[in-house]
Amino acid sequence: MKREKGSARTAVAKPKRDWSKFRKIIWKNRAVYLMILPVVIYYILFHYKPMYGVIIAFQDYNPRKGVAGSTWVGFKNFIDFFQGYYFTRLLANTLKLSFATLIFGFPVPIILALLINELRSKKFSKMVQTITYMPHFVSMVVLCAMIRQFVAQDGFINQFFQLFGYSGKNMLAVGSLWIPIYVISNIWAGAGWGSIVYLAALTSIDSELYDAARVDGANRWKQTIHVTIPCILPTIIIMLIMRVGQIMGIGYEKTILLYNEGIYDVADIISTYVYRIGLLNREFSFSTAVGLFNSVVNFTLVIIANQISKKTTETSLW
Amino acid sequence: MAKKKDLDMMDSSAKVKISRGERIFNVFNIIILSLFMIACIYPFWYVICASFSKNTLLMGYRGALLVPQGFSLAAYARVFGTAAIWKGYANTIFIVVVGTALNIFMTLLAAYFLSRKNLPGKTFITVMIMFTMYFSGGMIPGYLNIQQLGLYNSTWALILPCALNTFNLIIMRTAMSGIDASLEESAMLDGAGHMTILWKILVPLTKATIAVLVLYYGVAHWNSWFSAMIYLKDANKYPLQMILRKILILSDLTDAGIGNDDAEMVAETIKYATIIVSTVPILALYPFLQKYFTKGVMVGAVKG
Repeated sequence: MKREKGSARTAVAKPKRDWSKFRKIIWKNRAVYLMILPVVIYYILFHYKPMYGVIIAFQDYNPRKGVAGSTWVGFKNFIDFFQGYYFTRLLANTLKLSFATLIFGFPVPIILALLINELRSKKFSKMVQTITYMPHFVSMVVLCAMIRQFVAQDGFINQFFQLFGYSGKNMLAVGSLWIPIYVISNIWAGAGWGSIVYLAALTSIDSELYDAARVDGANRWKQTIHVTIPCILPTIIIMLIMRVGQIMGIGYEKTILLYNEGIYDVADIISTYVYRIGLLNREFSFSTAVGLFNSVVNFTLVIIANQISKKTTETSLW
Repeated sequence: MAKKKDLDMMDSSAKVKISRGERIFNVFNIIILSLFMIACIYPFWYVICASFSKNTLLMGYRGALLVPQGFSLAAYARVFGTAAIWKGYANTIFIVVVGTALNIFMTLLAAYFLSRKNLPGKTFITVMIMFTMYFSGGMIPGYLNIQQLGLYNSTWALILPCALNTFNLIIMRTAMSGIDASLEESAMLDGAGHMTILWKILVPLTKATIAVLVLYYGVAHWNSWFSAMIYLKDANKYPLQMILRKILILSDLTDAGIGNDDAEMVAETIKYATIIVSTVPILALYPFLQKYFTKGVMVGAVKG
């Protein structure tokens, strides 16, 4: 992307002197601008218009009066949220769930890819890949249905833990089990699929590096530490930054399908709260404010992660 | 290239003596991966077995299911007889086909623009597109927007707002940027316009990537349920996933013609049979499409 910026700059370097030339380029390429028009309209209509709609967070929005007619209330909605009963609980739950999925979920695909990469038998490696990718193709609704069935009182996972003294209560009704259920099912569904990108990075490592390491007497463990991991580090970092960008956007779809009122105190996160308050209770302004808080925190996290990564590893999204 | 590397590795591993530690590691590696495979497969096997079981036997069964308990097709008979499921299938297929076609069209247009060099305004449009990856208006403004656009309770509310996915756009742009520019330049000299270059040169050369994106977009449409839940009021327009949600998550089996009285008779097995009926088509296609999926991730792995 940096390179493009540079090239665009050279194209418009001296706008005044090159204005006619500039116009000529545009006219010559008018077809391409016509082609991008639907795309621009799409982004304006379905991305930027809702961003503009965010201003109702600072209003007491009345759908009948519209954005122009509604009264302004400044930061009242935000203050209400920050001082409200649920704020700390929601923030804590969101962060806990996010960091748990990140810390436990993020390394698994990498480890899986490294293990697959070490397999000597091509056939077995192919089989591992085919089978571990499969859960990715189960839809969210079906995945959650399976979880609900399996951890219910008569479900096999529940019964398995009964062997070790578990009470047998529906596991989704036990608050302390919420995060483990969420995280483990996430790993089940996504680890295999997530390993593909690392496998791709692994196959592109120059085999001469391994030859050189072997000549230096490095065994497979040392080769992994000194050749493999440094080579896939840029991929890992890019994936990590992108994951950090999803911290606050952590799966409300899955939570909505799995949680119940009994475990709201651990399972309710900001995005599910926005859904309930906004769409079920129709408090549009307040829920938009809560959502905006979420988006801003999220955006800040991406920028920080990207900046840190840029400084320390010279790998960055932009 | 990958093949060559494998050959090299086999070659050298044949020559170099494998140490004891490495052999132990190999065995453990195979065991760990086998356990992981079993963990991946078993839930599917359980669902299959349960769906063919007799409901009463299944309810009384404890522990891991290895074979169906009894054998009954009653649950499948109910599922196949459920009109809502077929209606949901039809709606979903419409959304997948029309939605994916629109997705590909838009992605190609956008990727073509972004892969051009020295176009005035490109930086601006690139930033405008990329910014949406990191910041959005959020759920409620999005919802109000759909209402304002008059899309509420319309199937188009499930298609238009996701007409383009920025991640997929980056994959496509990367593929197009990778194509030798001299091809396009010579076509330009021959008087070809931008549309011709896109359709006659770039599309045939990026067929593999397009196939990948068809799959990505198609699967996303197939799996989507949340927008249907918030944007559709009319149950007749519900995609399959919403019907599944009703049956599987809300345990509302009225669609399957089951009242509360006889729910006990087949209820559990019906759920499992519903999972099978809704998941088998995509899992059956998957082994044939696997290589495209994998390829897609590899294309996407190149930094955007």
